[in-house]
Amino acid sequence: MRLLEKVIPAFWDQQEVASKFKRLYNFRRIWKVTVILTSVVSILPLLFFALIDYNVTKESVESEIILRTSQFTSNVWRSVSFFLDERRAALEFAIYDNTFEELCNPVRLAELLENLKKGFGGFADIGVINSAGFQKNYIGPYTLELEGKDYSDQEWFGEVVEQGKYISDMFLGFRNVEHMVIAVKHDLPDGSFYVLRATLEQQFSNMLTQMEVSGRGDTFLINKNGMIQTPSRYYGKVFEKISLPVPRYSPKSQVIEGKNSDGTSIIVGYAYIPESPFILMVVKQKNELMKPWYETRIYLIGYLVISITVIIIWILGSATYLVSRLHSADQKRVKNLHMAEYSNKMASIGRLAAGVAHEVNNPLAIINEKAGLIKDIFTYRNEHTGDAKLISTVDAILSSVERCGKITRRLLRFARHMDVNIQQISLEEIINEVLGFLGKEAEYRDIDIIVDIDKEIPRLESDRGKLQQIFLNIINNAYAAMSDGGRLEISVRCKEEGFVSATVFDNGCGIPEPDLKRVFEPFFSTKTNRGGTGLGLSITYGLVHELGGEIHATSKAGEGTSFIITLPLKMTPKKEDKTCEYY
Amino acid sequence: MRVLLVDDEEEFVTTLAERMSFREIDADWATSAEDALKLVETSTYDIALLDVKMPRISGLELKKRLVEKCPGMKFIFLTGHGSEDDFVAGTTEAGAAFYLVKPVNIETLVRKMNEVLNS
Repeated sequence: MRLLEKVIPAFWDQQEVASKFKRLYNFRRIWKVTVILTSVVSILPLLFFALIDYNVTKESVESEIILRTSQFTSNVWRSVSFFLDERRAALEFAIYDNTFEELCNPVRLAELLENLKKGFGGFADIGVINSAGFQKNYIGPYTLELEGKDYSDQEWFGEVVEQGKYISDMFLGFRNVEHMVIAVKHDLPDGSFYVLRATLEQQFSNMLTQMEVSGRGDTFLINKNGMIQTPSRYYGKVFEKISLPVPRYSPKSQVIEGKNSDGTSIIVGYAYIPESPFILMVVKQKNELMKPWYETRIYLIGYLVISITVIIIWILGSATYLVSRLHSADQKRVKNLHMAEYSNKMASIGRLAAGVAHEVNNPLAIINEKAGLIKDIFTYRNEHTGDAKLISTVDAILSSVERCGKITRRLLRFARHMDVNIQQISLEEIINEVLGFLGKEAEYRDIDIIVDIDKEIPRLESDRGKLQQIFLNIINNAYAAMSDGGRLEISVRCKEEGFVSATVFDNGCGIPEPDLKRVFEPFFSTKTNRGGTGLGLSITYGLVHELGGEIHATSKAGEGTSFIITLPLKMTPKKEDKTCEYY
Repeated sequence: MRVLLVDDEEEFVTTLAERMSFREIDADWATSAEDALKLVETSTYDIALLDVKMPRISGLELKKRLVEKCPGMKFIFLTGHGSEDDFVAGTTEAGAAFYLVKPVNIETLVRKMNEVLNS
């Protein structure tokens, strides 16, 4: 909190003083408007360009990823299609190259299987089925089970009869290994036909699983029902249903974006393998692919955050500085207006006092002379000399006239010292003069005044009028702080070489710690509701500085306040602007 | 000692003159500068007590004229008015000690008159 108090500029908590010299500006509002407008104007374009850059780079990286995935999918699709076409073409060659009878010869068929294994690899068995669906010849590991088997009611047989060729899904069968079946039909001129059916093992799986795919990629085949056909790294085991939706048919390879079951983004490249039940799936983790871009993005956001922070600090700093300067200029302006008003007021009081004194002094002089004459008549002519009562009455009139004369003379003296007038002055005289004015109030309010002035204090070379005003203000202030029956102590001591220190202590209500620092600030007042302008002590501060002195206050709430004024014996006027250093 | 009292307040000058006569001071009085100038034609005075503020011709102006006519004459100013300008002008003419503000104790006045005559 203390740090915050230090950072908060003076104008933030400005008090509106009941004064005819209104402030021109609402500084808090100016500050806010400046900060907001400048921030918007400087940060908005930055954000705008950062956003554009962000989107453009993101889009280009994404389209790059999609392009690469598309190329990869297309290549794999060609390889898979070629693999299947090649094996089917081999079977077609065999069926056209051999007659049904030759193929029914176990030796010939065994040779054929051996040649296929050597030439292509992956062929596990081979069988010849006649148009009725019976397996007429079979070479392979399951001779007993498959020899003479009737396939006529099986779905694949119907398809091969209808389409002329057939490629099966992957299945386990007797072997309990993943395999697939390729069958081709040979139509004979007499309208009958026969079918050559071969089993392929594993090769397919090996081909796909060995592919290196970037972005934690996964390449596998599914069938049209979404059953996984070749091993997948992340999307389930073979013959399980894939966790992703089966993509829509497309004659070409396609790339789509989707989400995993756990919500992570993926890029899916797919292609329907023609004349087969397979769909090629290339699944890549988008996050993995975007990694380089994410790093760039962190730099981008980092630079943006740093730039915005620097801009905001700069804006806050410069706005605070400028508004503070404006505020202090305005303070100065209002203070000067007040000072001018104060001086005018004092000058008016001076003129008024002189006028009143003159008007009163002339009749007073007549009363004085007339009463004096009465006394003279009694005294010099020896008439009524014994009339003590008459003499004492005349003496009472004369002493009252003397008292009135003192009052008017004091008024005149005060009025006379309004202008700068450096002379040799006794501080004691000044304090007594001021107390002469304020003494009556102290009597009425039962305020005990203790004056303790060191007799050895030399005379000051200073401005009498200003000193009078300083003590008048400080003592008036002390009166305001005290309740009836209070105590005012004024002590004057020689401080250090060339300086005199006067302390005015009152045992009044005191000033709370937070206010103490601000009592000399212009417009700081706790009496704003009761007509205080908050300028009394500020003007006093200014006057003390004009005399080359210092003033400060110490206080304890509830116990009292001391104002300590240090004055030089020889006045060295400070520059005018120095008096404003408080704000 | 012959004294000339000049003040526009007749009650004041007459009474003061009378009181001086009790103290064996020969005092003439005038209520305007013109009368005062007439008086000095016929009589001579050691000292003049002048009011600063008087109608038409002020005390300060009167002093200048009197000095021309009676070069050896001494002056004391008496005033009810205490404006800054008067004070400066009056003290310059007569010195701070001989610029007195009304009401003045007659004993003080007589002492000052003696001082100014002996200075």
